[in-house]
Amino acid sequence: MPQYTQYQPKAYRPRMSAYWYLDQWRYLRYALREASSFFVAYFCVLTLVQLAALGTSATRYAQFEACMGSPVMIIINAIALAFFLLHAITWFNLVPRVAMRQMLGRPTPDAISSGPNYLLWFGATVILALFFLGVL
Amino acid sequence: MSAGKRSNEPLVWLLFGVGGFFAAFFLPVHVLFYGLLFPSGLVHAPGYQATLALVRHPLARLYLFALLTLCFFHAAHRMRLTMSDVLNLRHLNTVLAFLCYGGAIVGTVFTVWLLMTV
Repeated sequence: MPQYTQYQPKAYRPRMSAYWYLDQWRYLRYALREASSFFVAYFCVLTLVQLAALGTSATRYAQFEACMGSPVMIIINAIALAFFLLHAITWFNLVPRVAMRQMLGRPTPDAISSGPNYLLWFGATVILALFFLGVL
Repeated sequence: MSAGKRSNEPLVWLLFGVGGFFAAFFLPVHVLFYGLLFPSGLVHAPGYQATLALVRHPLARLYLFALLTLCFFHAAHRMRLTMSDVLNLRHLNTVLAFLCYGGAIVGTVFTVWLLMTV
């Protein structure tokens, strides 16, 4: 019967820099994509504030609209739009590619897997824009 | 043989995935109009009564409920993983999960309440 030592060496875990995402562009892109979630949460809360103002009175809604027109809010919303576009493009490129491979068992060209999503995105954008503008 | 503890991960992933699609499809046009074009005056804003009438439509309420709820859970899951992985806060995983998913639940409750009272 072999005699084993009780000594259990600790697993080697290399220390990672706190700023590891700055090492390579693709790491930074990953971090930025994940950071889009903060802007998603921000805009959802902003929409709740809009609904609350809408449900209170016309005066309160006018105050909300005036606040939204301030340069700070315009800049924050422009940044949010950039993050939403990053999220949308990376999502439409990645998710169908993985899903199609799972379903078909083989890789498919990106134009086939992601193309329909971009068409649907365009259609949804146009329909919602028409609702927002009061055309529909 | 005792049954293993069930993981919540599939449910969280389902909400994250569907919320990701909703955020990708619908949030850009929302922020484009209500965050940029209407407030900056580049496009004429529809005004209080028209916006109120739009939001009071049952289909609009249903749409806003699905959009906001799913986006809250999508954001919660991704924010937890971002803070855990990108900011190296794995040791606070339980606290982060409580704050992020708790925030999503609070957001959902407010969404339902506001859509019922508006």
